[in-house]
Amino acid sequence: MTDMTQPATSVHQSDTSRERLRRRYGRERSFKIISVSALGLTALFLVILLGSIVLNGWSGFLTTKLRLEVTYSTKHLDVEDPANGNFRMIILDALRERFPDVTERRELRALLGIVSNRGTWDVRDALLDDPSLAGGSLELWLPAATEVDMLNKGYVDRSAPEELRLIDDRTIAWVDAIDEADDLATVFNWTFLLSGDSREPELAGVGGAVLGSFWILLVTFVVSFPTGVGAAIFLEEFAPKRRWVDVIEVNINNLAAVPSIVFGLLGLAVFLNVMHMPRSAPVVGGLTLALMTLPTIIIATRAALKGIPPSIKDAALAIGASPVQVVSHHLLPLAMPRILTGAIIGMARALGESAPLLMVGMVAFVVDLPSGPTDAATALPVQVFLWADSPERGFVEKTSAAIMVLLVFLVAMNGLAVYLRQRFEIRW
Amino acid sequence: MVESADTRDAPRVKMRTRRLKLWYGDKQALAGIDLDVPEHRVTALIGPSGCGKTTFLKCLNRMTDTIDGVTTEGSVTLDDVDVRDRSVDVVQLRARVGMVFQKPNPFPKTVYDNIAYGPRIHGLAANRRELDDIVESSLRRAGLWEEVSGRLGDLATGMSGGQQQRLCIARSIAVAPEVILMDEPCSALDPISTARIEELIDDLRTKYTIVIVTHNLQQAARVSQMTAFFHLGRLIEVNSTAELFQSPAESMTEDYITGRFG
Repeated sequence: MTDMTQPATSVHQSDTSRERLRRRYGRERSFKIISVSALGLTALFLVILLGSIVLNGWSGFLTTKLRLEVTYSTKHLDVEDPANGNFRMIILDALRERFPDVTERRELRALLGIVSNRGTWDVRDALLDDPSLAGGSLELWLPAATEVDMLNKGYVDRSAPEELRLIDDRTIAWVDAIDEADDLATVFNWTFLLSGDSREPELAGVGGAVLGSFWILLVTFVVSFPTGVGAAIFLEEFAPKRRWVDVIEVNINNLAAVPSIVFGLLGLAVFLNVMHMPRSAPVVGGLTLALMTLPTIIIATRAALKGIPPSIKDAALAIGASPVQVVSHHLLPLAMPRILTGAIIGMARALGESAPLLMVGMVAFVVDLPSGPTDAATALPVQVFLWADSPERGFVEKTSAAIMVLLVFLVAMNGLAVYLRQRFEIRW
Repeated sequence: MVESADTRDAPRVKMRTRRLKLWYGDKQALAGIDLDVPEHRVTALIGPSGCGKTTFLKCLNRMTDTIDGVTTEGSVTLDDVDVRDRSVDVVQLRARVGMVFQKPNPFPKTVYDNIAYGPRIHGLAANRRELDDIVESSLRRAGLWEEVSGRLGDLATGMSGGQQQRLCIARSIAVAPEVILMDEPCSALDPISTARIEELIDDLRTKYTIVIVTHNLQQAARVSQMTAFFHLGRLIEVNSTAELFQSPAESMTEDYITGRFG
């Protein structure tokens, strides 16, 4: 300053000061713009991702059914054993009655092809439920074959040349005739949610994969949660602060960053090759994912324990609580919401993991629902992988629908984690 | 070090340290402290920041054990038994020598559970009625009963700072200690809460032996009967409070209490 008689505030009112202020505002504004556009870009990608999945997948939750009047003609039935009838012929008779002008053998076979293979089972089950039907007739909604399903959902381009379509003109005419008679319906696809995999897209379901994932996660949680929390408590509260503890800490942090396929190879080498555990079983998948989840849980638990003010520990020690009592009465209950949050996020990651499961043989075609952790099973992300690999048009929507199911579970788990944190965490 | 001039009815020595030395790693924090803590008296520890008062206090109930890299030497006795003797269990020692911290640190539990925790883990109550009695008498002795008797089920962390600190005192009383160590118990409190705690300390003296670390010289003069002046890890002077404040024997003590340093 040249003029010392000026008031002291002048330094902050000079032109350079004003210029500095203007530049500061400019920088803050541009930072804000960058932040908001980054957020916008993320939201856009998310919308595109979810949008394309939902657009492709929503129809996977629906299926097409045909109404047929079936007659349990005694000439196709075994009177002694109603389960042993020729139900294909019963369906064929019903179709023939509907389209009397179809007589040629090849044509008849094509006509039968509009009903899913599963139809014969439905016709049989109806008879087993009510044996008095023999000789009588019944109106049944039977699942349509996948080609008819695709046509009904509008995935078949009718204007395309016949030889490039997966369904020919003749069949389209039959389906249209059935549709005009109001005997074609689009209904919710319970089969998709409840049953296992199938070669026929209209019969394939995620039920088996959901159960498989459930058993895998159960094993993962039971193994990794107590081990991880125990290890973290020991490292944080009991282990002397020596060099080897630092070495262990560095290794745990590294393990958390190891690619999951490596854990899969480890699982393959140890659980299958050395311990000879069953291939494709959720118990092996669960143990493999437990190895992967363990570091996450240890890190989350240690962070949760570190977050508790040391004054609480001092208070407990000063009135004569033993170290174990300090942990079990104070630290663990206070840290539990954050530990559970960390564990659930680790489990959600395990739920979405497919690579390690491929290595332990869970990339299998499993039709039956697994009833325990030692039954052969597959998992949701692996099911997505399997279907995405299938050439049939019907599996395209199934793939996206399975992704939607997987996302629902992931969102539910992460939502639970957030809820636990909000609801139970004590703040200081 | 100067012996107390007032020896007419010298009380029994409850705790005694001899040549007590302590290191944090390589750094020496206590350089051979010899101090007698008289029974049923309030002993104040004064001195500038970092002089080792709190460290010394923590040696008395072995809270120093919880700090990594601490080594000690010399002896600390409670009723003539070395607290670091193998026969002494540290958990029991801390039940006998309670501690109140600088910042009120109630457990994030109810008022009742805060007080009842100590008696529960030490098995001091045979049934719920006895436990209720301990909770009530501890709160009464801490002068808190009138204020909280109607809300024993409320979270202790929701009380005022002064109430929280009295709750912490009640919590340490509940396990029937013989000595209560207080580490600047009023430093986080307003003057009114401070006055209440000071009154409380004076009441508690009849039943317990109290050692209090304080930065507030007026407080030391008001509540204590003995005062020990620490400087740079050494015990410079210990005497009856009246003696030490009126005619300090060491010039360093005089400089400190007259505000010339520290």
